[in-house]
Amino acid sequence: MSTQASRSAARLMLSPAVGLLLIWMIVPLVLTLWFSFQRYNLLYPDRSGFIGLANYVNFVGTSGFLDAILNTLILVVGVLAITVVGGILIALLIDQPLWGQGIVRILVISPFFIMPPVAALIWKNMFFNPTNGLFAELFKFIGLRPFDFLGQAPLGSIILIVSWEWLPFATLILLTALQSLSSEQLEAAEMDGAPPVKRFWFIMLPHLARAITVVILIETIFLLGIFGEILVTTNGGPGNASTTLTYLVYKEALLDFDAGTAAAGGVVAVILANIVAMFLMRAVGRNLDA
Amino acid sequence: MTMTTRALLGATALCAIGLAASAQETTLTIATVNNGDMVRMQGLTDDFTAQHPDIALEWVTLEENVLRQNVTTDIATNGGQYDVITIGTYEVPIWGKQGWLVPLNDLPAEYDVNDILPPIRAGLSVDDNLYAVPFYGESSFIMYRKDLFEAAGLTMPDAPTWDFVKEAAAKLNDADAGVYGICLRGKAGWGENVAFLTTMANSYGARWFDENWQPQFDSPEWKAAITDYLDLMNNYGPPGASSNGFNENLTLFQQGKCGMWIDATVAASFVTDPNNSTVADKVGFALAPDAGKGKRANWLWSWALAIPSSSDAPDAAKQFIEWATSKGYTELVAANEGWANVPPGTRTSLYENQEYLSAAPFAQMTIDSINAADPQQPTVDPVPYTGVQFVAIPEFQGLGTSVGQEFSAALAGEKTADEALASAQEIATQEMTSAGYIQ
Amino acid sequence: MARAVTPQRKLLNTVLAWAVALLLFFPILWTFLTSFKPEPIAVASPPQFLFFDWTVKNYVDVQNQRNYFDYFWNSVIISLGSTILGLAVAVPAAWSMAFVPGSKTRDLLMWMLSTKMMPAVGVLVPIYLIFKTLGLLDSRIGLTLILTLINLPIIVWMLYTYFKEIPGEILEAARMDGASLMSEILYVLTPMAVPGIASTFLLNVIMAWNEAFWTINLTVTDAAPLTKFISGFSSPQGLFYAKLSAASTMAIAPILIMGWFSQRQLVRGLTFGAVK
Repeated sequence: MSTQASRSAARLMLSPAVGLLLIWMIVPLVLTLWFSFQRYNLLYPDRSGFIGLANYVNFVGTSGFLDAILNTLILVVGVLAITVVGGILIALLIDQPLWGQGIVRILVISPFFIMPPVAALIWKNMFFNPTNGLFAELFKFIGLRPFDFLGQAPLGSIILIVSWEWLPFATLILLTALQSLSSEQLEAAEMDGAPPVKRFWFIMLPHLARAITVVILIETIFLLGIFGEILVTTNGGPGNASTTLTYLVYKEALLDFDAGTAAAGGVVAVILANIVAMFLMRAVGRNLDA
Repeated sequence: MTMTTRALLGATALCAIGLAASAQETTLTIATVNNGDMVRMQGLTDDFTAQHPDIALEWVTLEENVLRQNVTTDIATNGGQYDVITIGTYEVPIWGKQGWLVPLNDLPAEYDVNDILPPIRAGLSVDDNLYAVPFYGESSFIMYRKDLFEAAGLTMPDAPTWDFVKEAAAKLNDADAGVYGICLRGKAGWGENVAFLTTMANSYGARWFDENWQPQFDSPEWKAAITDYLDLMNNYGPPGASSNGFNENLTLFQQGKCGMWIDATVAASFVTDPNNSTVADKVGFALAPDAGKGKRANWLWSWALAIPSSSDAPDAAKQFIEWATSKGYTELVAANEGWANVPPGTRTSLYENQEYLSAAPFAQMTIDSINAADPQQPTVDPVPYTGVQFVAIPEFQGLGTSVGQEFSAALAGEKTADEALASAQEIATQEMTSAGYIQ
Repeated sequence: MARAVTPQRKLLNTVLAWAVALLLFFPILWTFLTSFKPEPIAVASPPQFLFFDWTVKNYVDVQNQRNYFDYFWNSVIISLGSTILGLAVAVPAAWSMAFVPGSKTRDLLMWMLSTKMMPAVGVLVPIYLIFKTLGLLDSRIGLTLILTLINLPIIVWMLYTYFKEIPGEILEAARMDGASLMSEILYVLTPMAVPGIASTFLLNVIMAWNEAFWTINLTVTDAAPLTKFISGFSSPQGLFYAKLSAASTMAIAPILIMGWFSQRQLVRGLTFGAVK
């Protein structure tokens, strides 16, 4: 009986959360779907009506569409690689005995608290700028010509900024996981004479697998939506070099003010994101259930 | 009567009083761009509120792109969030035609609307209805370093040609000393590199579209213009030019790193300001170059104040924009900040004012540049559009920015001039087809 | 895990760790330093680190241009409001998912998370129209609601993974003792769940404070938070690094300081089920 009661109580408690999410998900989605089949440009209020799939054709047919998909993948995979590998290394390092551990940890997690527009503005102006940025000074100091980061390596520069923002998150999760590893296991391995690399590979890494999948899952969700950093630093260029799918949708929505095509772009992005998500969820789900 | 009811009644009464008090006061929400002149205006509004104690002002100061995207979204959805907006000569004709702006034909006599410079006024009118009043106006011209020119044995003519500019850039360039021959815009955007390149192309005899809206990027004139631009920038320009917009170049010039700079006339007051510029007393001015085809590479722009039709306080808004663009405001700035800092390029009377002319060495060249721009006939060959450095159609923001990305990619060395122009042609054809201009 | 190491080894660790930490922290430190420089010094070559004429002029200028505290309060109200509202909805949902899982619980969770992948900008116009109709444009309530909704999937997920780690046997034992559902939650579960909830609370405050799309596009003045504050300082005319740094420091300082002081609480629950 108790189970019966708590089950229905559970369902009751679940409903507001799910209800709200449903509204959030359904209302805009229905609206977006509806707009995506309409001719609706904010700047042409008099042109309206159903136009079938024209918005989709228009969005997918944009000259930068394939570039955008590729760039999105590079951005997500690049940031994931840097933050996961970097996170593991930093976690291993600050897990060691050292002086001032508390302060080190505070310094390392600080970038996580910085709002994205500020991070992008700081990096763009005070570091990447080829005449006044610190990197330019550094290059001049070692006798090189200043490198134009945002012009020559736009996507790489954005990956650097975003990795800086997300490295603390990865480090924290991985550090917590690392600290939960029982020291007996490690000591036993040490007794057996296993070298550090082997200990890392065969004991630590399997233990971290779950944490790594969590980092990948959470970060991917946020990384797919990144565009503020791109807008501030490169505007998606030069050419299409740093245009991602989300940025392409932004272009339709707030440069062309074509709400119809932007909606279609949103739908396309959701579909593509969910394909990625399906793979991810399957991999992560397996890892999390274990 | 319980305590609660009494308390509630009391609170209601208080609310009513509060409402009555606030009913006398109109609050205007003013959206502006974060330029120096606008920020200065914010600091001087005590003068306005002293004259109009019943009007309170709330400011939204944003970076140009954010401002444009917030204001356009609100106006087009009839959101009613703003009472006064700052918009440019690009938006005014489009929005005026849509009926989104309150016409300003009934300005009082003392405002002296006929004093507004004719090219600027024409740019802010649709079918003789004035939809916005200019806060400041600008064209573009050459700013150059007189000391470097002298050292190189060159003399800048008042109306140079592109050939002369190329020759001078080569002679002035001294990359090892950190001085670059010429600084030009490279950052992608319809209001950034496209503004400059469109004027440059105009002077080479190119145009965006022919009379039937066919894109013209495959023309030899465009190719000549872009090739020369890339040559200039690659050989004599600063590093990282593909991310340099107006402000980046301004900083470079103020630090003495540019021999020449072709950009907005409003920059003149910044580069001659000894507080911010290391080269303040060494700057000369000349008209934008030409290629002997009858058009010079100078644009026409104005940041103007307008009232959205969705505003709920159009009368108070009108009082505000009359104040902010009046002759009295000019005198107010002059009294507080000096004549060199008054908003330029809007009124004929300013350019007849001896105090201004002697305080601003760039004044004559500014007015000559503004008068040399013709938004109704911007190109050598006839075109179906108006606007000098832009095409006044709604699609231009998106299209111009995409094309600007191509030119920026060419400057960054990712593409050749031919590839960039071919992509530009393809993008323009696609956009104009889907917008229904061409079949 | 205090392992005994040689002092030399510890010294090496310390040097390495501090180097990495300072490198990661450097952009923030540099911004802070730059905010006290006169504008020309901010772009001076070679760069000046500490020995320049420190000035607070930039802060005064920024404050004169717009009142920081209006934006600050909006940020506080919106991020706290959306967090409290979000937790009120998410705690019960996550509780029931963790302790009374149905056959579809996993799918439901994954679906919730996938809603976060919708690019916000694609729905801007529809949401703007809804907000306009409901009179929510430029209101704190509207912004609180929207931030609650966009962060809800993450916090439900975070709480769920945390609650799941609480051993079910404890609940069984409490039930045996005849505890009611309410007291089960209040006396048994809550104390165990507090670290997870605290950590979720902090994470949500951070995410809401730093959200920079809806907060910029749905506000004008009345509800504008610090993200909007900063968007006017990016590229005006002339030198602006020092002023930008001052405005940036003002925008990030509150959340940074909060983060430093609460980092232990934040870290304790921030596992997303990564630790078994």
